[in-house]
Amino acid sequence: MKHKEHLIRKYLRPSKKMPTIWCAGCGIGIFMHALVRAIDRAGYGKDDVVMVSGSGCSSRIPIYLDFNTLHTTHGRALTFATGIKLAKPRLKVITIMGDGDAIAIGGNHLIHAAKRNIEIAAFVINNQVYGMTGGQCSPTTAHGTRTTSSPYGNLESAFDISRVVEAAGAAMVGRATVYHTPLLDRLIDMALHKKGFALVEVIAQCVTYSGRWLGLTSPADMMQWQRDNCVRVERAQGLSEEELAGKIVIGVLTNRERPTYNDEYRKLFAEVSKI
Amino acid sequence: METLLLEGNEACVRGALAAGCRFYAGYPITPSTEIMEMMARELPKVGGMFIQMEDESASLGAVMGASLAGLKAMPATSGPGFSVMQEHIGFASMAEVPCVIAHVMRGGPSTGLPTQPSQADVMQAAWGTHGDHPIIVLAASSAYETYELTIKAFNLAERYRTPVILLSDAVVAHTREAVTLVQADMEIEERPQPTVSPEEFLAYGDPGNGVPPMPPFGEGYRYHVTGLCHDVRGFPTTRSDEVDFLLRRLLSKISRDSDRLQWFDCWHENSETMVIAYGCVARAALRAVREARDKGLDVGLMKLKVLWPFMSTTVSNVLENCRRVLVPEMNFGQVSREVERVNQGRCEIFTLNKVDGTAITPPEIVRKLEEMHP
Repeated sequence: MKHKEHLIRKYLRPSKKMPTIWCAGCGIGIFMHALVRAIDRAGYGKDDVVMVSGSGCSSRIPIYLDFNTLHTTHGRALTFATGIKLAKPRLKVITIMGDGDAIAIGGNHLIHAAKRNIEIAAFVINNQVYGMTGGQCSPTTAHGTRTTSSPYGNLESAFDISRVVEAAGAAMVGRATVYHTPLLDRLIDMALHKKGFALVEVIAQCVTYSGRWLGLTSPADMMQWQRDNCVRVERAQGLSEEELAGKIVIGVLTNRERPTYNDEYRKLFAEVSKI
Repeated sequence: METLLLEGNEACVRGALAAGCRFYAGYPITPSTEIMEMMARELPKVGGMFIQMEDESASLGAVMGASLAGLKAMPATSGPGFSVMQEHIGFASMAEVPCVIAHVMRGGPSTGLPTQPSQADVMQAAWGTHGDHPIIVLAASSAYETYELTIKAFNLAERYRTPVILLSDAVVAHTREAVTLVQADMEIEERPQPTVSPEEFLAYGDPGNGVPPMPPFGEGYRYHVTGLCHDVRGFPTTRSDEVDFLLRRLLSKISRDSDRLQWFDCWHENSETMVIAYGCVARAALRAVREARDKGLDVGLMKLKVLWPFMSTTVSNVLENCRRVLVPEMNFGQVSREVERVNQGRCEIFTLNKVDGTAITPPEIVRKLEEMHP
């Protein structure tokens, strides 16, 4: 408890009035705590961290944290983050997005940031719903789910954000839930230290909206659902497609070395200076 | 001083580099693409960063990121690309992120006439993004003016912490002409920096002139930047007094300084008939005025270099001394309505509107002037 108080004093903005805007039982707070712990472990100076978010519930995280913080337009956090990383490569750029934010309105930016392999630690808080606007169907909502914008059931199937980003070329991709916090801690550490584009998909509960659609009304029920419906990637490799149906694969999905955009640009500088 | 043969788009890059621009993010679109191509060649030579983004929204997003990190930055675009950028122009205005947007106008609406000139985006430049917001819009009529106004656009963006839009068109962008680079005569301005400690610093307060200082990210001043309505520290607010303070400060930081934004050229300004023009049309108008005077008509020209905020007082003074005004434009009448608003019925206002993708010619203006004279 003593350590927690220390983190609060060290990283939460004293001038920002609490409480947060999140509903009681929301999964975003668990992620924010994990992220702050990881930043503390990494030992970054507060001036050296830039936190960029898009729009939605999870994108409010930077407001509460004492870094250089930027709360941008819906879907476009990665474009701002790209400019910051190129202009000042020494800064640690962290991007926080929601699921609709990252892969619906921001899908093109997401795959291009991964393709460029620009050194950004990107976190997508996937609660399978547009929470801030009142529980509409999102790109990660499961087929058949009833929401306020799919009152007869979702006609589309869900996006697998991690697989899309992996295919686009990210250097590191991992997925965890806010229930699996030791894994979450490990993935955040990896993403922060990764040279290149690193994405962690964080499955989180939206008790107010998606819980209602799933028939789960308490935060504990939703976290138990996370516990019971996830499979570690190591175990998933030995399972058939039928056995994996409806399951969420968690763990380190990709970890590879690729030159970053900044690396390539440094080479270009060297070339140009010879001309 | 160096004299070069440059087209408007190249002159824009020369001006940007002279002003200290060290970041460019763009997306190819005719007729602005040469700006991006030249930036890709030239920026690495001066230690600057170039990136081709996935669309125009991303371009302006990356430009704002670079600006927040402390670099002078710009994108360039045309037609549909300018429409895609509008959301982020609003963000730049609201979060007060300095940037210059070069917009080379082409025929619209929609995909329109990609290779042909137009002046149909004057209103969009001011009102294309949602919400009441301040904006500065300049218009260049030649390669030299593109060079000069690009430098000035960066100065204004830094001075007022605002997006500045530089309008040109396919004629100005692609006409090659002699440009003498007179950078030495032009002062280069930098954004104001805080003079207080980080603890006392208010990222969105009013230091007196309406423009809060702007330290770059990563230098000890940790503050919050958002497109939401925010309080003086930058945190989101819905408190009516804080929202009112913010929006009035944003608008007034430019309007209170409008005396410094009266940029125009006049020829024979006390004539009975005045032509008011901007961009490539102003060049045809100058030739037309000379020919009309040779024919004995008492005609003068006012060339506007600032379109927004509209130079109401200056234009009004010109209207005070004439009987009739012609506003030739390559649109259905966007600046002419502003002139009518300022005129308050004093003079007779005539328009000459061309929207077929070809430039307005001197003979067309002369013919119109002859018709106007009894």
